[in-house]
Amino acid sequence: MKPQRDTPLPRPNVLTRPHWDGCREGKLMVQRCNDCGTHVFIPTPVCSSCMSSDMQWVETSGKGRVYSFTTVWRPQRPEFEVPYSVAIVEMEEGWHMLSNLIDLEPEEVKVGLAVEVVFHAASDEITLPYFRPAGA
Amino acid sequence: MARNPLHDVCIAGVYNTQQARVLEGVNEVELLVDAMRGTLADAGVAPHEVDGVNVRSAVWRINAREVSHWLGCSPKWNGGEFGIAGVLEAAGAIATSQASVVLMADAQCGQYTERALTAPWTRPTNEFVECWGLYTAAEFALIAQRHMAVYGTRPEALAEVSAAIRSNGAINPDAVYYGRPCTPEDVLASRMVADPFHLLDCCMTSEGGAGLLLTTVERALDLDCEPIYILGGGLDRFGMSYVMAPVYDKYGLAGRRAAQDAFEQGGIGPQDVDVCEFYDPFSFELIRQFEAFGFCDEGEGGDFVMDGRVRIDGDFPLCTNGGLMAYSHAGTAQLLQKTISAVLQLRGKYIPELTVPNAKIAMATNGGAGALFTDLMIVGKEQP
Ligand SMILES: [Zn+2]
Repeated sequence: MKPQRDTPLPRPNVLTRPHWDGCREGKLMVQRCNDCGTHVFIPTPVCSSCMSSDMQWVETSGKGRVYSFTTVWRPQRPEFEVPYSVAIVEMEEGWHMLSNLIDLEPEEVKVGLAVEVVFHAASDEITLPYFRPAGA
Repeated sequence: MARNPLHDVCIAGVYNTQQARVLEGVNEVELLVDAMRGTLADAGVAPHEVDGVNVRSAVWRINAREVSHWLGCSPKWNGGEFGIAGVLEAAGAIATSQASVVLMADAQCGQYTERALTAPWTRPTNEFVECWGLYTAAEFALIAQRHMAVYGTRPEALAEVSAAIRSNGAINPDAVYYGRPCTPEDVLASRMVADPFHLLDCCMTSEGGAGLLLTTVERALDLDCEPIYILGGGLDRFGMSYVMAPVYDKYGLAGRRAAQDAFEQGGIGPQDVDVCEFYDPFSFELIRQFEAFGFCDEGEGGDFVMDGRVRIDGDFPLCTNGGLMAYSHAGTAQLLQKTISAVLQLRGKYIPELTVPNAKIAMATNGGAGALFTDLMIVGKEQP
């Protein structure tokens, strides 16, 4: 499976722009709470563990494991090429994010599979963080 | 313990309009008016007697203020929630004397026109979700796959749930999929949509309307109606659906808190439930609800639904009108229709083959783990 050629692209706002700017620079950025240390995703004005406003954007390892997945055959919209693999990735730092898995076949996807982020430029402004088997 | 004032509120009227994949030649206003008239007639209430209103429509966005003119009434209470949350909101208003007769109605037609895309209400627009090609089937599939990986839940169990529900719809003359029998083998042989969900693991899209009227038990005694009583209810919510990743370990037991509250309010337990009008967007969701509500232990739902237990003649019959899979799934009216089906079943309004013998208690639910919420209510034939 490969990156999609034509997807609806994110329109970053003041809260989410640091994440997307990071992707464009090849870094997987996430907010970390300076008061309690929790990594929080998606971007939020205050920490969801302790409601602190002291949130800092930090670079993460980009490594994790497939927490769950689904191979999609009926696309959300016709522009998507099927099949594509939607996954929840559990990151090393303990946070979860949705993405698509690439560089593997549908039957190779398993819960627990070690994966790493791989960035794919979708437009001048937007780079999307896909995941592939670790060390591929 | 003080008497729960919810127990002095009842459902006096229910009504379903015609339901269809597409309602040709019908507009949403006509549909909503039919839902309102039918509900008032079922309860034996005149339009001007309504003093609480919660009426909505999907496309034309008809609201309570507008329909007050149609009813010729001046409400002293308006509701804002829909489905079971709306029923409980209205019951609370009546229990606290803010209103005495609440009319709820909801309708949808003409909303799904671009068929190359999944239905508009299934597609999230959040920037961390949409670009990955998600929609509701994929969201609920992410919950199911995790459960299957951790507990070994099998596709055959999912297929049995779908087949049980669709078999009810196949013999319900009011169901959109009337006359379309379904076996577990049919489900497993249907094309894959979002693994593990085949086409027949997923609910349909359709059009239709529905209404429900609540009042006090005292008032219902003076009406020509068949009241059904509220034993308990509750919500269990986890924030923004189709935005946050649906992580099973965080949301997999959604509804447990609501079920515990509702059972406690009614002084009953899962074994007392005769009819399960559970929310059935996707087959696995029913397995999860039996676990979350305490009908069986976590991880055992796949075995629980086998051996005919959730069939119409089983111990815990599911979605006795055919549910969202085979009866109808229109706008937000379908959420209200879970409670309506519970009422119709307890009143003995279904054909004999779909009537649960001696049913006294029915449980209706809305939502699911993939949507990060589960609301529910329990109704009874006798006042608690
Ligand atoms: Zn914190």
